[in-house]
Amino acid sequence: METPKIKVPVMSDLWSRGEKPEYLFWVGCAGAFDNRYKKVVRAFARILTHLDVSYAVLGKEETCTGDPARRAGNEMLYQMQALRVIEILGKYEVKKIITICPHCYNIFRNEFPDLGGKYEVINYLQFLHRNVEEGKLIINKSSLINTVITYHDPCYLGRANDIYEAPRAILGSMTTGFVEMQRNRSYALCCGAGGGQMFKEAEKGNKGIFIERTEDALATGASVIATACPFCMTMITDGLKYKNKEDEIRNLDIAELIVQSMRL
Amino acid sequence: MLKQILFSLSFILTLAAFACSINRLAGFFRMTIPAFPIRDIGKRIRLTLSVAIGQTKIFRKPVLGLFHALVFWGFCIIIFGSIEMVLDGLSGSEKVLKILGPAYDVLMASGDIFALLVGVAIIIFLTRRLFFHIKRFEGDEMNSWSHKDATISLSFILILMISLITMNLGYVGLMSHTGGNIEGIYPIGILLFSMLHQLSAETFGLIYEVSWWLHILLIFLFANYLPYSKHFHVFMSIPNVFLSRLDPAGRLSNMESITREVKFMMNPEATPVPVPSDYQPERFGVKDAEDVTWKNYFDALSCTQCGRCTAVCPANITGRKLSPRKIMMDLRARMKEKGPLMVKHGRDFSDNRSLIRDYISEEEIWACTTCNACATECPVNIDHPSLIIDLRRYLVMEEASAPGELKAVFSNIENNGAPWQYSAEDRLLWTKDLEICENYPL
Repeated sequence: METPKIKVPVMSDLWSRGEKPEYLFWVGCAGAFDNRYKKVVRAFARILTHLDVSYAVLGKEETCTGDPARRAGNEMLYQMQALRVIEILGKYEVKKIITICPHCYNIFRNEFPDLGGKYEVINYLQFLHRNVEEGKLIINKSSLINTVITYHDPCYLGRANDIYEAPRAILGSMTTGFVEMQRNRSYALCCGAGGGQMFKEAEKGNKGIFIERTEDALATGASVIATACPFCMTMITDGLKYKNKEDEIRNLDIAELIVQSMRL
Repeated sequence: MLKQILFSLSFILTLAAFACSINRLAGFFRMTIPAFPIRDIGKRIRLTLSVAIGQTKIFRKPVLGLFHALVFWGFCIIIFGSIEMVLDGLSGSEKVLKILGPAYDVLMASGDIFALLVGVAIIIFLTRRLFFHIKRFEGDEMNSWSHKDATISLSFILILMISLITMNLGYVGLMSHTGGNIEGIYPIGILLFSMLHQLSAETFGLIYEVSWWLHILLIFLFANYLPYSKHFHVFMSIPNVFLSRLDPAGRLSNMESITREVKFMMNPEATPVPVPSDYQPERFGVKDAEDVTWKNYFDALSCTQCGRCTAVCPANITGRKLSPRKIMMDLRARMKEKGPLMVKHGRDFSDNRSLIRDYISEEEIWACTTCNACATECPVNIDHPSLIIDLRRYLVMEEASAPGELKAVFSNIENNGAPWQYSAEDRLLWTKDLEICENYPL
């Protein structure tokens, strides 16, 4: 028998059928194009299906929010992208947006309102945390209970938007082996990818920032490094490869850990 | 009477010199551009009470934070004694604030004890600076003047505290020997007196008089040294916290001038807003001192070069040139250089130098990850990343200058709506074959 497939709802299809979803799931460029991060998006879509959430993605109509351009100083390009996105979201009367990428989350929440784009913006960690709290996501404690997990705070969730508790509460509900890195929460060290660094060679230095941060994670003795940002994931995974630890230590997104513990 | 005249003269001289310094800085502030409106006064007061008065951010380093907090809280108490000295000096009275009754006893007693605590803290700070190799106090931007400035400022405070203690000792000794009534309570003064009570009334009188003059004249001198010192944060930090940007740290300000252009570009039929005839096209981003907001300059004047920002900067701790502290020091130095020229010759004056390149290199500007660790750490809420982004805005939008890979990102976003070279047609590939159960091996 063939395994049942999940069909991800696309906004334009729903509208042509006269349906209007509650949430827009903003996939982001990394979710759409980065091979590793696609798995994270798939995991989250699996959770949305499991929860029977009324949602849709924009699919081919999605376009960059302009965040990398803005952080790299190209305000003109950012505003053109932003106004384009606001127009598309207006077309579908979007009120609530779920993002997984913290950079998309930050720009929707804090910067689009300046250009007239006002939405209820929810980061997937807040969404997942709420569903765990409400008992809708029942994490199977047996699968990861003894796994030592540490968490790397993405700058754009932590310092930028004060989201520190949700990821810790979720991880705390699946393992008794949660460990903090020396530098955590508002003290967390950046993975090195923010502000456009993801897309360029780093300036001359004596060490890669991603290596410095991976060492923080390795020092905890954790076997899983949980991340919540596509750029952090690229950096930490690269760091593990650099340290020849990619076989022993896994870098997984919190959505993937939930899927795994629930065997969705 | 002679004492009153001498005191009044020195006090007026102090005020006049200080007013000149402030006037000079006000002239520089007039060269800056608007930042954000100051609203939410209640929120700002709460922020000032916690971050400035409560010293919450300085406690992010708990041990040294405590020493700094002692110095600051001591300053808050001791200042009442200094005000009293000014009033006494002007009016020829003695301990004029004694009318406060029991509150006076509390003020004087805590001031006396704080003088000792602050003195000890300052000795620790001086020892750290002079005899230990503290990485946070090193760096390219920390030249010999930075170190001297710190030592001078700390020495000022140390002598101020010693003279305060000896002043109280002299007062207690003099009153005890002459049978006068001691106004206020001086625990440290009494303790020292019990050890030195064999000294004569004249000696105590001399100690009192010399200490009194030394203390107040040093305050006058110090106040006029501060506007030219990194230690100006004594005046600037509390207002700087009050004037903090209240947005979430991740938020960048919108450039309204760009919004006008983009909206016109996207809808050419719309009538453009009429432009006044004397309109000078404004520069995009920050190239030089006159392009910064008043808040950027306020930040630069509030910086006391503690280096907590640089110590947490991911770029800096991995050996890159960027140092958030240097960005603030550079702005202050550049304004010191160009400010007087602009005040004299007008805001458009050019000395063929600029903040970018002559002070801050492109290498520094492009190394920032916008992680906000620096701004989070800053005890006086300086916002470094906003200024760094404004420097990038100038480079990109005025000079079309950016690292090649970022230019490629710009054209990718423009052409296919993603930072990478993938087609929007492929945006749903991730949804293929999404089975209900997929194995995630650990």
